[in-house]
Amino acid sequence: MSIYEAIQKRILVLDGAMGTMIQRHKLEDADFRGERFKNHPSPLKGNNDLLSITRPDIILDIHRQYLEAGADIIETNTFSATTIAQADYHLEEAVYDINYQSARIARQAADEFTRKTPDKPRFVAGAMGPTNKTASISPDVNNPGYRAITFDQLKEAYRQQAKALLEGGADLLLVETVFDTLNAKAALFAIQELFDQLGRQVPIMVSGTITDASGRTLSGQTTEAFLVSVSHVPLFSIGLNCALGASQLRPYLQVLNEQAPFYVSAYPNAGLPNEFGHYDQTPEEMAAQVEEYLKEGLVNVLGGCCGTTPAHIRKIAELTEKYKPRVIPQEVESE
Amino acid sequence: MNRIRNLTLSGMEAVVVTPASNFVNIGERTNVTGSARFLKLIKEDKFDEALEVALDQVRGGAQVIDVNMDEGMLDSVSAMTRFLNLMASEPEIARVPVMIDSSKWEVIEAGLKCLQGKGIVNSISLKGGEEEFIRQAKLVKRYGAATVVMAFDEQGQADTYERRISICQRAYNILVNQVGFPPQDIIFDPNIFPVATGIEEHRTYAVDFFRATEWIRKNLPHAHVSGGVSNVSFSFRGNQIVREAMHAAFLYHAIQHGMDMGIVNPTMLEVYDEIPKDLLERVEDVLLNRRDDATERLLEFAESVKGSARKKEADTEWRNGSLEERMTHALVKGIIDFIEVDTEEARLKYGRPLLVIEGPLMAGMNVVGDLFGAGKMFLPQVVKSARVMKKAVAYLTPYLEEEKRLSGTSGKPAAKVLLATVKGDVHDIGKNIVGVVLACNNYDIVDLGVMVPTEKIIEAAKREKVDIVGLSGLITPSLDEMVHVAKEMQHEGMNVPLLIGGATTSKIHTAVKIDPVYSAPVVHVLDASRSVPVASELINLETRKSLHERIKQEYAELRKDHEGRQQAKNFVSLAEARANRVNIDWSGTSFTRPGFLGRKELIRFPLADLRKYIDWTPFFQTWMLAGRFPGILNDGVVGSEATRLYQDAQKMLDEIVAGERLQANAVLGFYPAVAKGDDVEIEVGQEKRVFHFLRQQNKKAQNLPNFCLADYISPNPGQDYLGLFAVTTGIGLEKLIDRYKKQHDDYAEIMVKALADRLAEAFAERLHELVRKDYWGYNKTENLTNEQLISEEYPGIRPAPGYPACPDHTEKQLIFDLLKAEKAGIQLTESFAMYPGASVSGFYFAHEQARYFGLGKIARDQVEEYSKRKGQTIQVTEKWLSPVLGY
Repeated sequence: MSIYEAIQKRILVLDGAMGTMIQRHKLEDADFRGERFKNHPSPLKGNNDLLSITRPDIILDIHRQYLEAGADIIETNTFSATTIAQADYHLEEAVYDINYQSARIARQAADEFTRKTPDKPRFVAGAMGPTNKTASISPDVNNPGYRAITFDQLKEAYRQQAKALLEGGADLLLVETVFDTLNAKAALFAIQELFDQLGRQVPIMVSGTITDASGRTLSGQTTEAFLVSVSHVPLFSIGLNCALGASQLRPYLQVLNEQAPFYVSAYPNAGLPNEFGHYDQTPEEMAAQVEEYLKEGLVNVLGGCCGTTPAHIRKIAELTEKYKPRVIPQEVESE
Repeated sequence: MNRIRNLTLSGMEAVVVTPASNFVNIGERTNVTGSARFLKLIKEDKFDEALEVALDQVRGGAQVIDVNMDEGMLDSVSAMTRFLNLMASEPEIARVPVMIDSSKWEVIEAGLKCLQGKGIVNSISLKGGEEEFIRQAKLVKRYGAATVVMAFDEQGQADTYERRISICQRAYNILVNQVGFPPQDIIFDPNIFPVATGIEEHRTYAVDFFRATEWIRKNLPHAHVSGGVSNVSFSFRGNQIVREAMHAAFLYHAIQHGMDMGIVNPTMLEVYDEIPKDLLERVEDVLLNRRDDATERLLEFAESVKGSARKKEADTEWRNGSLEERMTHALVKGIIDFIEVDTEEARLKYGRPLLVIEGPLMAGMNVVGDLFGAGKMFLPQVVKSARVMKKAVAYLTPYLEEEKRLSGTSGKPAAKVLLATVKGDVHDIGKNIVGVVLACNNYDIVDLGVMVPTEKIIEAAKREKVDIVGLSGLITPSLDEMVHVAKEMQHEGMNVPLLIGGATTSKIHTAVKIDPVYSAPVVHVLDASRSVPVASELINLETRKSLHERIKQEYAELRKDHEGRQQAKNFVSLAEARANRVNIDWSGTSFTRPGFLGRKELIRFPLADLRKYIDWTPFFQTWMLAGRFPGILNDGVVGSEATRLYQDAQKMLDEIVAGERLQANAVLGFYPAVAKGDDVEIEVGQEKRVFHFLRQQNKKAQNLPNFCLADYISPNPGQDYLGLFAVTTGIGLEKLIDRYKKQHDDYAEIMVKALADRLAEAFAERLHELVRKDYWGYNKTENLTNEQLISEEYPGIRPAPGYPACPDHTEKQLIFDLLKAEKAGIQLTESFAMYPGASVSGFYFAHEQARYFGLGKIARDQVEEYSKRKGQTIQVTEKWLSPVLGY
């Protein structure tokens, strides 16, 4: 069953946080280094994406836990796997392997579960994060015209990442946590060029981030402007994730629900962080909030971001079975 | 509502062009080929000013901004990139979509790489053949933009109806069927050419455009039509009236035929219905090609037309009163909408502009003044009245000048008051309020602004022949600067009365330090409301003399009294004071290592997060409304005005937050620290740096220590830490102030400054909280309400240099050096005031016993010792510490 068939039947469940689950393992620098990067000159602790190479057992186990909890789509462990983001660790040369291996591990886990429950096929989304640079905002207050990264640099980095993810077996590509739409547009440009070269296409998901109660992305766009800015690409879905908890995200999802000609996704954080920076919303609390989305028929894809765990996803998966997916507004010619 | 087939565009916000949108107006002034001014700014590398042009366009109502950098001498690719990047940094501009306008593909592509939103390419065409057209169209689609398609092909530009429609048809088919371009993203430009040129073939240009437009809208589904309207009137350059009428009439007919976008300068557009009938007839004869002699007749008419002002009527109840009643009403209520119309009426009625000011305007302001004096109006209302007055006077000014020029005189001039915030100081809210209040009372205000050096004050006072000089300052070094100004005025032999005001000024300081150095009257003014009676007494020569004597007498007594008290003052020696230091049990203290050592920047901290940390009580004090927030909102006397003020403040805050009009930046740092006597030595990497603190020296009651901030840091090496911070919310403030100044809107100007100050304090509060809970983390579990924060119910303090616990402003220098505060946009003036003014800096002391205190006066032994520690002469120390010298 293709994902297009699956999504017409039900709300698809996306997995939860990778970082939160990795933190539970209390890993040390040596775990991140493994054998291959034993002598790497800079510290590697915290480079979660690298674990796909050095501790694949942990990543595979996390994927399995989310699939067990009911996830239809799992995200590859590649949020920061671009040459731009990996430059912090001086690991640009490892970017292909990180993406390729991450996709392989997710593929393995998804295939295991698809075999177990063929009527509920599982899919791998190649996660493409925002990088740590912004193409339309200057990092220097005194020089607002300055840019730390260009469209072309982003395009090249995303092209490499997307290629490795597809070669590793990703079913979809997910351009996510978009805080600067120009970064996302560079990713989308790269993906389309890659499709031309490969002669095949996979569904593309885009997920933006509304940074706070102002209702805007970091680069200042409203939800509607964000939608307009990426609608030139025939997306599989558009949605929002991160930064806010489920109830804070709802008004912006309503905008997408009303206007998006694509499927709509949402994967909020487990509430807002407490004073220690931890997310302490329980699965039950979060489920009660996302149930509002379901009652209103706002979404087609639902999952969790920072602070969510397999327990959260299990609750969400249970809920989605009770509700119908959102219906894409009909195309009506306006005259 | 469905929008699938609507053209959608975006900047930071979305624009949806629906059949109901009527007409999308594209701003055209940021175009080097169309605007000589813009070209000049770009060529001279004045991109900041060029940005203002874009801002004006948005404010003028442009829904899309056209940017064109096609000029032979420019590197168009880099100019386009740079300008678009700058536009992206200005939220008010970046709100709207961009039209990238170039005839060179590489410039268009460079522009597309800068747009986070969905813009418009202007333009592509079949000029270079199908292959190139298809290549470019595919890229436009992939970058996510709409495009203008010129009616242009391999043979050239279409100039007949038939060529227009055949080229557009061909382009449309290629785009929709071969490229897969969304038809709603195609905007045809079927070429607007000049008419009434005298050339026979040009007579059908407008008609052909209209017909082609109609055909496109009917036969090419979802496509749009646009064009550069000002082209049509090219033959009437220099004749605004005819041109505006032509633009309006052309647009009217083009829109009727289906044109739904256009490059139009809104300031060059008459309202169609208001075009005089005779002119309209001739214009339409030309556009619609109705008569053989249409061009001649329009030319003939063009010779004869002259400018005429437009009038607008409104019909609210009070508008039915007499002219004088209406003007008074407008002034008292602060209604600005009709004041120019009324002023014009009054000018005609009274014959001379000065009589309008002295007559109905002053009569109205007298009512305002009486109500203010009687406590029936409050400062915020008076400021609004002043805004109306200013607008009226601004309207009359050209007439006044004209009259002055003709007669060589201008009646009795109003008394002139010069106001200035002295060198080194940037604070001017109070000064501006005084200016407004005095202006309301018919004083002519010469406002020199902030950071004004003495020479400039004296030069302006002489040149403008002012009657009074008013000096203002907030920080303590300004007190010395005022003494300096007074001395120089004496030296120059001036005889102009001097008013002294501002938060740190006092009657006693004025009496002891300023009054003795200047022989003309020197008067300390407590607040703005006191400035009017004082000024009027000083202007009137008779009362001036008596006031002078009275004040000199009063100040002499104050001085005597002061000296008497000085001698009686009980100081302890520095050694004794040190023996009586704050006693802290260091062995029983647990120290928390900060989350990081060294500095950290927080740029563009979310303003929305700061709002709830605002302490509103001082905000109302700024506006001279007394009472604590929130009780003040329900106060029997000022409650309703306070509520209105609060609502206006909230509204402005909404705008500031939503539009990110101000930028909140901070720098903070933590350093290992050890107390050495009254100094604190910190480690910065391998280096050691020292902060110097002062100790209270007044004789204390039993069990009360002689406080010094160094007492709060452990004297044992390797234990303790000192934090430093600087925050600002003043970046962007000048731009807002400029805008309100241009609008003569004192109310908004004072409001925005007061809010920026409040936000800076709120930011300091918020950052301190983050420091306790996170960055330093010595009180992680705290959970306080804003009221609890305001009343400081938390461990640790954040004293600021220049304030009571550590009055030496010069200590800021080291804070700023270590934090590299200029990277966050905060600087120090030569008097160690922070710039922008809405900034706060200081130290973090974490010890739970740390608390704020006032240093009080200190004795000479400490000044000598302190000078040695700081490695400076006693004179330098005395200069900076003059307010705390106890001798």
